[in-house]
Amino acid sequence: MKLKVLSYPYVVWIAVFIVVPLALVLLYSFTDGDLEDLNFTISNFRKFLDSKYLNVLWISVKLALESTVLTLILGYPVALIIAKEKPSKRNTMIFLFVMPMWMNFLLRTYAWLTLLGKNGVINFIIEFLGFKPLDLLYNDGAVLLGMIYNFLPFMVLPIYSVLVKIDNSLIESAEDLGANKFQIFTRIILPLSIPGIITGITMVFMPAVSTFVISRLLGGGQYMLIGNLIEQQFLWVGDWHFGSAISIIMMVFILITMAITSKFDTQKEGSGGLW
Amino acid sequence: MVIRIIKKIYLWLTLLFLYAPIIVLIVFSFNDSKSRGRWSGFTLKWYVELFKDSNVLKALYYTIGIAILSAIISTIIGTIAAIGIHGINGIGKKVILNLNYLPVLNPDIVTAVSLMTLFKFIGIEFGFVTMLLSHITFCIPYVILSILPKLKQMNKHLAEAAMDLGATPMYALRKVVIPEIMPGIFTGALIAFTLSIDDFVISFFNKGAGVTNLSIEIYSMARRGINPVINALTTIMFLVLLLMLLYINRKQEKSIKKRGGVI
Amino acid sequence: MKKGLKVSMLILLISAISLAIIGCNDKPILNVYNWGDYIDPDVIKDFEEEFNVKVNYNTFATNEDMYVSIAKGGTSYDVAFPSDYMIERMISEGLLAEINKDNIPNIKYIGEEYLDLDFDPGNKYSVPYMWGTFGILYNKTMVDDVVDSWDILWNEKYAGQILMLDSQRDSIGVSLKRLGYSMNTRDLNELEEAKNELIKQKPLVYAYVGDDVKQLMVAEEAALAVVWSGDAVAMMWENENLEYVYPKEGTNIWFDNMVIPKNAKNKELAEQFINFLNRPDIAARNVQYIGYSTPNVAAQELLPEEIRNSQVAYPSKEILKNTEIFRDMKDMLSVYDELWLEVKTER
Repeated sequence: MKLKVLSYPYVVWIAVFIVVPLALVLLYSFTDGDLEDLNFTISNFRKFLDSKYLNVLWISVKLALESTVLTLILGYPVALIIAKEKPSKRNTMIFLFVMPMWMNFLLRTYAWLTLLGKNGVINFIIEFLGFKPLDLLYNDGAVLLGMIYNFLPFMVLPIYSVLVKIDNSLIESAEDLGANKFQIFTRIILPLSIPGIITGITMVFMPAVSTFVISRLLGGGQYMLIGNLIEQQFLWVGDWHFGSAISIIMMVFILITMAITSKFDTQKEGSGGLW
Repeated sequence: MVIRIIKKIYLWLTLLFLYAPIIVLIVFSFNDSKSRGRWSGFTLKWYVELFKDSNVLKALYYTIGIAILSAIISTIIGTIAAIGIHGINGIGKKVILNLNYLPVLNPDIVTAVSLMTLFKFIGIEFGFVTMLLSHITFCIPYVILSILPKLKQMNKHLAEAAMDLGATPMYALRKVVIPEIMPGIFTGALIAFTLSIDDFVISFFNKGAGVTNLSIEIYSMARRGINPVINALTTIMFLVLLLMLLYINRKQEKSIKKRGGVI
Repeated sequence: MKKGLKVSMLILLISAISLAIIGCNDKPILNVYNWGDYIDPDVIKDFEEEFNVKVNYNTFATNEDMYVSIAKGGTSYDVAFPSDYMIERMISEGLLAEINKDNIPNIKYIGEEYLDLDFDPGNKYSVPYMWGTFGILYNKTMVDDVVDSWDILWNEKYAGQILMLDSQRDSIGVSLKRLGYSMNTRDLNELEEAKNELIKQKPLVYAYVGDDVKQLMVAEEAALAVVWSGDAVAMMWENENLEYVYPKEGTNIWFDNMVIPKNAKNKELAEQFINFLNRPDIAARNVQYIGYSTPNVAAQELLPEEIRNSQVAYPSKEILKNTEIFRDMKDMLSVYDELWLEVKTER
């Protein structure tokens, strides 16, 4: 099939809007000085090899991993339940899951402050029920909650769109052959939904690594994440060179992590293979 | 039966989790005071002010316009590209896919600044066009990402079989491949729309004078405190969407009944 | 047939949206670039009517955001509203146009203490718009010590009830002032000392916040916070348990001035706009909407007595003497950034 021709326009698009900007970022990361007078240097990268910067990278990746895993655990059942619904209900349910995301993110995050605060709505309910109020805001839990809240649809959607197309006859024949529900799930549904899971993980993990608004608002500014670091360099310090170097390091780091994870999948399932 | 109930409860709890902040926003849109800190009486004044606030209305207009345009355009480009990429094998595919990931994993600020540098280099005047182009650029990868798993799931020989039976490639694409990957396209368009409507950083740096969107307005209010007219706007947007959803749902159910419950 | 209809509908929709957005207007256009919600919308409407022009009100969230989008070029704004240190930076980088004072006779209403400041000597490039200070806001029912010094923010009694600003310049500035140093110091030892104090303070801090401080203080989620004077007025109005003080060690005073970027398309109209905003009646209306402090003395006279006499919004000369304006730190920015990172990553 000659379908690959269809990808050519996008290849051009990639060249203009992705490769050229990336090349600029690369150029900045290996240089210093003004635009008219660039000097090659690797000092931007050497600067990053300081424990305080590496620590930031580590915390960011850790938080992103935790939130990705939690989002997957919470999101998969949702996708499964919706996919099993009657067709008339499915699209409505999916819309219900996406609609909150159409309201401004900053507003929604501020609203969480109202919900989680010491005198907030949730603590009000807790106290009403006769329990001691909890410290819900400005800790790891709040940051994770914010990330899950914001990224859940990006996990549910791709998994759902794969699950919904699984051939029902497969499941029926397995039932006929005496498989129980658990076996059907682990042997048929789960393996067949791997491509969706991988897409979901990608869509959640990558933005989660580079986010910083959530950690700033719900973490009480006590977290310095890599996205924050990069923003500071570009805007506040005005050191685009160091900022670019940090983003290149982050990109390489994530690409390697993703490559390793997907290798695992390919060997096990033979269906991952995005990389 | 128990399992059914557990499923229902789980679904509703998740929805409550997603909608709780929005309920808070709606409640505070009727709050008499300008601050979110405490409740000081019921009012409708923010709704009145909203319709006088030409800035916010203009921003709303741009936001929705750009979101619709970038969702449509990036879904079309993305779908064609995904089918094409699926047809490639080997190293070429890997390179394209990895490049495709970059806008997804770049922090917004890096994408924003690098696109800004690019536009400056090309010499286009900043404005509506640059903002739209930048939105399309960061939406396409997500569209491709959501369509590829569907293509992989599709039976490889389906399109070939159609063509063996005399279908032209275009016909096979339209009648066989596209319907097969429709849920993926739908998801992709939905994600593109969602990302576009909520973007701040990339829009901010790639817009020009006179162009704005809701995120820019809202983030810019942050220093002074967000004006509650925004809450009023959110409430209205939410209600409109909800009504639309109910209407579509109704219509769908009716048409299914007409066709005797089969799709 | 249905398909064709759908496709043409789609094309129609796309072109309709694009056309509507591009639109056209034959009146002269003034592009104003300001903080969000930082002008009375009616004032803009009045200006549009009086001068028969169209004002495009564009907004930004931080000085740094504004700086990048003006410096990038490719589009032009006619009037912008940066703060002190940013004006100094923009002047030194040649981004601003000299203002023709002949077109701004109303500058005579501005108090002389707000003119000819270090960041723009002789006000060649900028005209004051709003000003303010920052200090400590505390809740009388939650704090029983005398609050008159930055030291209270280091008092262990209030652990978990202190809010600091999530801004390196401001928080390091507080720490420097408390130690008796300048907020604009370039002395590495002083900065190091200030950083160590912030690290010492960190376990006591409930959160480093931005504008969410208003929500938290009004809802009594914390006892003490560093806040801007203009916001303090608004918060005290919402919750009468709140009180604002100027620490005795001194504090920061800031200015948001109006400037004209060098590539402005409509400089004369921009000057008319600046002049318009300095008309006492307009300035008075505007400052009542915003709630900050106006440098326009004639406008101050027009304000209600309780605002005019408020020590928070218009402190005495004595207090003002003990304040400092932020200067552009230039190459020291990366030092500040690293110090702040050390504070943030300390666990």
